Amino acid sequence: MAESRFSNRICVVLGASHAGVNFAFSLRREGWDGEILLFDSDPELPYHRPPLSKTYLTNGDTIEKNLLKPEESYKKEGITLRLGTTVSTINKEAHTIILEDGDVQPYDKLVIATGARPIIPPIPGIDTSKNVFLIRSAKDIADIRSALKHSKSKRIVIIGGGYIGLEAAASLKKTGADVTVLEREERVLARVTAPEMSNFFKELHTENEVPILTAKDVKAIETQKGYNEVLCTDGSRYIADILILGCGIRVNQELAKEAGLDIENGIRVNSMARTNDKDIYAIGDCTFHYNPHYDRFIRLECVQNAVDQAKVAAAAICGKEPIYDTIPWFWSDQYDVKLQMVGLSEGYDRALVRKEVNRDNCFSIWYFKGDTLLAVDAVNNAKAYVYGTKFIKSGEKIDTSKLLDSSIEFKPSNLLAE
Amino acid sequence: MAKITFITSDNETHIVEGDSGSVMELAVNNGIQGIDGDCGGVCSCATCHVHVSPEDISKTGEASEIEKDMLELDDNADAYSRLGCQLAISDALDGIVLRVAK
Repeated sequence: MAESRFSNRICVVLGASHAGVNFAFSLRREGWDGEILLFDSDPELPYHRPPLSKTYLTNGDTIEKNLLKPEESYKKEGITLRLGTTVSTINKEAHTIILEDGDVQPYDKLVIATGARPIIPPIPGIDTSKNVFLIRSAKDIADIRSALKHSKSKRIVIIGGGYIGLEAAASLKKTGADVTVLEREERVLARVTAPEMSNFFKELHTENEVPILTAKDVKAIETQKGYNEVLCTDGSRYIADILILGCGIRVNQELAKEAGLDIENGIRVNSMARTNDKDIYAIGDCTFHYNPHYDRFIRLECVQNAVDQAKVAAAAICGKEPIYDTIPWFWSDQYDVKLQMVGLSEGYDRALVRKEVNRDNCFSIWYFKGDTLLAVDAVNNAKAYVYGTKFIKSGEKIDTSKLLDSSIEFKPSNLLAE
Repeated sequence: MAKITFITSDNETHIVEGDSGSVMELAVNNGIQGIDGDCGGVCSCATCHVHVSPEDISKTGEASEIEKDMLELDDNADAYSRLGCQLAISDALDGIVLRVAK
């Protein structure tokens, strides 16, 4: 191959998950023929994270069944994996990173894809509790599986009724465990969905014999011989052989902050995923970025953002001028229910529920601000998800009386406002 | 064992073999351009859209309901469209030709 302007140049990527890995492959495709080095402290070959709280928790597969790319692909594309390697410093003036063991690695372009880590709430007794687990890495799941195997009574308490907590509850129930979810707010998924959706999931779990207990503020954990007791401020107590924390995440932004990069609610990047240093980009969960459609800066925890920002950063580094402009989408699988979400509902003033006739557990919530559709949450209803996506993108106005009338055949042309 | 032909949007032809998993996994594992499988194979992202060669549609069958709905995200979906993650590899798929959606 003829030498290009990228030959003999080095691109270093910090973080080898959805964002970092997709970036590395996209960069190659965009024409970068210099070195690409991917660093991650996780020793496993990069894997899909969403299944960790879903199928992977229960199906007994090894992580090899869950890889983002097979090992040969990295070799074939000349992408060097430096797994099990922790980076301790970014020196942007010298264009180097310093590894935990003191080694110095120079870069021409640096991409920060460090993601986030689960929050461990400062509950008295949590440090000395037995069998307390997080859900973020392959090792977390291996540890949970092992604890389950060695637990006779399999009493599990999950602290946190967000997506991770609820998905883990559904998955663990499938394994025959006795699962209880404790949520601090008045309803589950309070931060991200309308009350109707919270109620639906609470009922779904209740039907599956997983109690969802809300307004439960955990104040302490006491550990007896073989188990933990979770104490709440209302005086209630719950026994847990296994305790799982689903209490949200914190952005891994320390390296960027210490390097003097702009930080707000995450690492601030422009529409090309570049930080305030011209040779440093940031992508994925760790970024605070502008979304043109919603006209505000946001931070997102999702595969969509990781993959799309990865592509934008790769194109930008190779001299193109891409603009990050996407509608976020998410999914969650619990029991036999598939929830698909598109858009950002924050700031809505109306949440309309459309039910489908003769179909149980099949409905969608349409979030509007004025007559503008912001987001759709669809339960077992891919049609609603797809139509919602199209309407949010096109900006076409919806006749909400038609939307709410389930006797009208559900298709976009039938929902348009006159 | 099934031998499957992928034709990418750049008109590159790749013939690959598989005996288990899904068509999406087979494509990702062989670096087929245009098949991303971002959601890991749970019919949530529609980034593994292929057009089955018309003479092979009897081997693959048509898309399921949720799959058809998800395929509507792509305006170029047609009666021969499938999501690779929903096509389980078996001997029955031997010899099929799939065109990767643009």
